[in-house]
Amino acid sequence: MEGLIVGASNYVTILMAAMYTYWNFRCFGVDEERRDRYLRRQNRIMFLIHFLSFSVMFLKTGEERLFPFYGAQAAFLWCFLALYGKCYRSRCKLLVNNMCFLLSVGFIILTRLSFDKAVRQFGIVVCSAASTWLIPFVIRRMWQLSRMAWVYAAVGLGLLAAVYAAGDASYGAQLSLKLGEVAVQPSEFVKITFVFFVSAMFYKSTDRRQIMVTSAVAALHVLVLVLSKDLGSGLIFFITYVFMVFVATSDWIYLVLGFAGGCGASVAAWKLFSHVQVRVMAWKDPWADIDNRGYQITQSLFAIGTGSWFGLGLYQGMPGKIPVVEKDFVLAAVSEEMGALFAMCVLFICLGCFIQFMMVACEMEAMFYKLLALGLGVEYIVQVFLTAGGVTKFIPSTGVTLPLISYGGSSVLCTFILFSVVQGLYMVKREEEEEEDYEAGY
Amino acid sequence: MRPDIKRGKRKKREKTPRQKADRSILGLVYLIVALFLGLMGYVGHFLAVSREDVINNPYNARLDNFSKTVERGKILSSDGTVLAVTEKAEDGSEVRRYPFGPLFSHVVGYSARGKTGLEALGNFYLLTSHTNPVSQIGEALTGRKNPGDQVVTTLDVRLQQAASAALGDKKGAVVAMEPATGRVLAMVSKPDFDPNGIADIWDSIVSEEGQARLVNRATQGLYPPGSTFKIITLLEYLREHPEDYDQYRFDCQGKITYGDYTLRCYHGTVHGSQTLKEAFGNSCNGAFASLGLELDKKGMADTAGQLLFNGEHPLSLAYSKSRFSMGEDAPDWEVLQTAIGQGLTQMTPMHCLMVTAAIANGGTLMNPYFIQRVENGFGEPVKSFEPTVYGSLMDGGEARILKDMMAWVVTDGTGSALRTEAYTAAGKTGSAEFETGKETHAWFTGFAPVENPRIAVTVVVEEGGSGGQTAAPVARQLFDLYLGQTDGAGS
Repeated sequence: MEGLIVGASNYVTILMAAMYTYWNFRCFGVDEERRDRYLRRQNRIMFLIHFLSFSVMFLKTGEERLFPFYGAQAAFLWCFLALYGKCYRSRCKLLVNNMCFLLSVGFIILTRLSFDKAVRQFGIVVCSAASTWLIPFVIRRMWQLSRMAWVYAAVGLGLLAAVYAAGDASYGAQLSLKLGEVAVQPSEFVKITFVFFVSAMFYKSTDRRQIMVTSAVAALHVLVLVLSKDLGSGLIFFITYVFMVFVATSDWIYLVLGFAGGCGASVAAWKLFSHVQVRVMAWKDPWADIDNRGYQITQSLFAIGTGSWFGLGLYQGMPGKIPVVEKDFVLAAVSEEMGALFAMCVLFICLGCFIQFMMVACEMEAMFYKLLALGLGVEYIVQVFLTAGGVTKFIPSTGVTLPLISYGGSSVLCTFILFSVVQGLYMVKREEEEEEDYEAGY
Repeated sequence: MRPDIKRGKRKKREKTPRQKADRSILGLVYLIVALFLGLMGYVGHFLAVSREDVINNPYNARLDNFSKTVERGKILSSDGTVLAVTEKAEDGSEVRRYPFGPLFSHVVGYSARGKTGLEALGNFYLLTSHTNPVSQIGEALTGRKNPGDQVVTTLDVRLQQAASAALGDKKGAVVAMEPATGRVLAMVSKPDFDPNGIADIWDSIVSEEGQARLVNRATQGLYPPGSTFKIITLLEYLREHPEDYDQYRFDCQGKITYGDYTLRCYHGTVHGSQTLKEAFGNSCNGAFASLGLELDKKGMADTAGQLLFNGEHPLSLAYSKSRFSMGEDAPDWEVLQTAIGQGLTQMTPMHCLMVTAAIANGGTLMNPYFIQRVENGFGEPVKSFEPTVYGSLMDGGEARILKDMMAWVVTDGTGSALRTEAYTAAGKTGSAEFETGKETHAWFTGFAPVENPRIAVTVVVEEGGSGGQTAAPVARQLFDLYLGQTDGAGS
């Protein structure tokens, strides 16, 4: 009986996630009244999925501590939606919805994987939400942000250099800085300052000299990351920069140059770093070395394959067999137990966020804002693609997290900052328009 | 409020930098969407096509979880006889029972102590249930397990019994398959063990010295091929002498001396003047050693490689790779030895069977397979497997000549044990030395009937002495049984 409920719940969950995804894309291109209706449906679906998943988890484990935790999560999601509405009347509701949906999926899968980590993550999410609350407000009010290019560069490079130096001293290839009890991953924060830096530079000018200076500083960022052996972040920075130059200049030559440079750099990285070779080998033929290098990716494929389209059901699979499943390979766990179709819905929702980001970028009149939205959006979607591709063996694994779902404090906080900045930009535009409408009306 | 997406199109003057930028952004969106669709297509393909092969892997512990809700299905022979079945013991626990005891110990394998053979190969099917959804829901409601799918193999119980009986207490292996399809009909390896209660006898089996009972000698046993390798030497000679191979002559004195190295024919037989066919049919070592010296070493290595030496075999059971190591700088004595199947060359019986089957099938090797059908617990079809082509090991003309010469082995040469009025047969005997002072390993590989081969068999009897006297009669029994049996059934 219990098995039946658990089994059926997966189909229901997938159906609801598909409906959520459908309404996500229906929102693009309908009038506001209908859109609001769709968005309210999305909220209901999110809470239903969340409730159903926790019910299943309780049925499977009988652990009573799930009740208060469920209550806290639901209350947080409800408050976040409600308070955001109160404070920011002209917010992008779709982005807020999607953030909450992705967070709820993260809560579910992390609770399944490790209760303690999920509690910790929940605390971080609450703090992140609180500490980034004012960012949209600041973005709307502070035009000076576009004049601080060198501050961003100094902060970003400084942080990266600190990791390189301190990390080198303690662990060899290390990505995090220890601040007392907490380990922080500065490269996550530098993602944000990096986009601010490039936007500010190109806002000032896009003549050749400016591009060369900016490229040099951008290259320095990537170089320090490569030296710290954080190649996944290095790749994200690189791709983001190439697209930002391309959009800022609308000159195809930069895209071609960037692509050629990227290929050259990949070959160089392959030759220079043994751990790049290991990852490429593990991607090409993981079965040849299934005990060591291929272990993680083959376990991930077993998870996705055994779960198949509809998933094994929560607590029915063995996601714990995949090393670092709660971080880089969280999508494999989602796919194994909640179904590949559910995981695909999650990816489509990430894609929906990206498209919304790009729409904001198109809306923006000022190049600084435009590039800001573009750069942050590209960083976000490239990271999603790298993790999803790595988990499914579509591309070699680069060891990056799935934003808002994976375990990890810096990642969540930075994704909150990223979404908040774009929210701020969206509101800048909405308020301008409302003023126009107001003036036109009288 | 206007919809978000349409506002970018308001102004239609000449392109400002902003509009250009927006167009670039649109291009970027298309690119990213395309990448994600590619990724999803890839995942969809993985789930729809390669999923089963990938997850049916001993490293995938998840499959064991399936046994919580599914009762492991049966393994059946080609005519539906039960080879393995899960039964409930009195205390409610499940027991895997193998009605034929040791008969199928290697090929069907066991599942209680790790998984081997078809128990491993078919693990995924055996633990998947395709009964109808209504009864699945019923089972879930009552808490009973669903019956797992059953795997119908290509194995023939009577052939398997005949092969096992013919081998008797000797160590060795017998494998049989259908050359035109690749269906494996029988696979016996001795010494064997009783897979019923494998967990209990495990320790004694593993500690036993010099037996290697758990090894499937048919696919994992590496033996010097002895004179059966002359098939490959002969093929290389045909390739180097396509026009004038029938001009070949050799005068056999019973032994041949090169420098201080002497090779003898089996039991010192003096064959006298030999054509190529006679030298092959009488298995004249002198002729083949001298002929081997003439051959191009590179060509020899290429031909061996083409015939699956040193490479992967198209086999889904655990196997050893056969070894051919003669390089271009090999000294003469190594060349002599290699040409007659001694030296460093090593081969599994299954590999020898694949080469033989390819000759019987006009040069084309069919992928050997063991599972012909998967059915649900009630015998309704779920999935069936068709014969698949591995590729061409030699061209049709070469295969025809080899076939002809192998037929001569039976009619006039060392394969006299297979002479019969009932059908025509072809083959090659071998008596492989492996340790001085010990009896040779007896080999026979062949097929029947010659005109339209329906069965190919390879036999190895460890320390069995002469291939013609020990191994060929084993093959004879399988041929008699199979060709008699199917003739009877067909008419």
